[in-house]
Amino acid sequence: MTIMLERGARQGGRAQPGPLPRLLAGGRKLGEHRATYGQIPLRRFASEDGRRKLVRAVTDAGLRGRGGAGFPTGLKMASVAAGAKRPVVIANGCESEPASRKDKMLMVCAPHLVLDGAVLAAHAVGADRVYVCVERGTSVADRLEREIAHRDDPVKWKLVRVPRRYVSSEESALVHLINDGDGRPMAAPPRPYEKGVGGRPTLVDNVETLAHVALIAAYGPEWFREVGTRSDPGSTLVTIGGAVARPNVYEIAPGMRLGEVLDAAGGAVEPIGAVLVGGYFGTWVPMPDGWGLPLTHDRTGPLGTSLGSGGIVALPAESCGLAETARIVRYLAEESAQQCGPCMFGLPAIATDLAAVAYGRCDPATRQRLTRRMAQVKGRGACRHPDGATKLATSALATFADDLETHMDGWTCTGVSRDPVLPLPDRRHRDRSWK
Amino acid sequence: MSAPNPEGLRLQVDMIKCVGHASCAELLPERVTLDEWGYPIIETDPLPQHLVAHARRAVAACPTLALRVDGKVARVR
Repeated sequence: MTIMLERGARQGGRAQPGPLPRLLAGGRKLGEHRATYGQIPLRRFASEDGRRKLVRAVTDAGLRGRGGAGFPTGLKMASVAAGAKRPVVIANGCESEPASRKDKMLMVCAPHLVLDGAVLAAHAVGADRVYVCVERGTSVADRLEREIAHRDDPVKWKLVRVPRRYVSSEESALVHLINDGDGRPMAAPPRPYEKGVGGRPTLVDNVETLAHVALIAAYGPEWFREVGTRSDPGSTLVTIGGAVARPNVYEIAPGMRLGEVLDAAGGAVEPIGAVLVGGYFGTWVPMPDGWGLPLTHDRTGPLGTSLGSGGIVALPAESCGLAETARIVRYLAEESAQQCGPCMFGLPAIATDLAAVAYGRCDPATRQRLTRRMAQVKGRGACRHPDGATKLATSALATFADDLETHMDGWTCTGVSRDPVLPLPDRRHRDRSWK
Repeated sequence: MSAPNPEGLRLQVDMIKCVGHASCAELLPERVTLDEWGYPIIETDPLPQHLVAHARRAVAACPTLALRVDGKVARVR
């Protein structure tokens, strides 16, 4: 049950409960969107009682955040709605993850589903203001602004163009940017759901999550649960890249096996050594052993693999997973906000050691130092940036353990001279400023 | 000796404010060690009763006001 989004089937009539695609069944224009999904069902959830009913529907549907953490959306909504002040909603479409482009594609192909979801989420928590956060330097913000102009919604929209920094899409960084013009993460507590934009309880949801909220409001929690697993229901978007025949964004049902997901993207074009699952805060899964690993937002497998933000990259067996990882960890180190010591000093040190391992300039002390530093850095930042980077590095040392031995023995690795497979943004498209 | 304090008070650090003066490690070595870059690694389980006053002294001595003692958990790992 997969569908390629760019060829998203345009059905006539209303989308009916049933197979995928769910998110891309409508169109880019408001008219097409309404013809498929109908009006926003705000009247069905009128009054205080209705708001509670909507939160309950999202809770019953079991929707989990599609931005990476997989937190239960209904629970977050209920916490925000319970605050003393009038809440605010942030639709997070920054997608700073280089291995993912599903949010950008969703905002271009189904903007009104995202906007409907944001209106419904705002209604559910009692907010009258929605900030739509999008990475600057893309056309997505302008497109969304044009589409918003065609709509008549009971909320005030505000488009926020966010610096192109990896950590600026983190929820407290968005709040910080909106409040003070500084896109760096903040220390917790308080969390945005307690005290966010203007000191108000703030619901920060990924744009795909909001699109699912719109579908749940229209078709109900039982319909939502018809695909996916018990603990991770509904469909989800993934970005499949690397050595597959048709790299693209796909809508899949959680619970699908890793091998099936790769087959959906046309299958491997050369022997695959490992697959990175969950973007750059994700884990390497060895292949072919990992073929049968079911992909959900729950942690599975020996390395705690989860779908995260849905970035999946197939690495050819001929490539060097250690060199690829060293390159990404260096990028993540450069993207640190440089606010917390362990992240500021630890990530560059880890990146340097990984590069030493990959390029054959290492000894047993390097490996011991790596293990010690990764354990020391983990969990010691204000945000989870160091945790994500060390998770990736840890899984690389486990998945490429045999390669590691070969590298340590001083053999020449032919993989390091191949072109890198994991995507990174061009330096010209990376901001240095946080404003 | 190591009975936890009844209020569940914990020593916690705001890593953004912390710049590594390391006075906490000096004052409360029972709960604070330093990493190789001089930043504190803090034991965040509830403080034993006999260390609560010492922890408060470390909080007061922090030059960047990065430390606190309270019952709120900053992060669940």
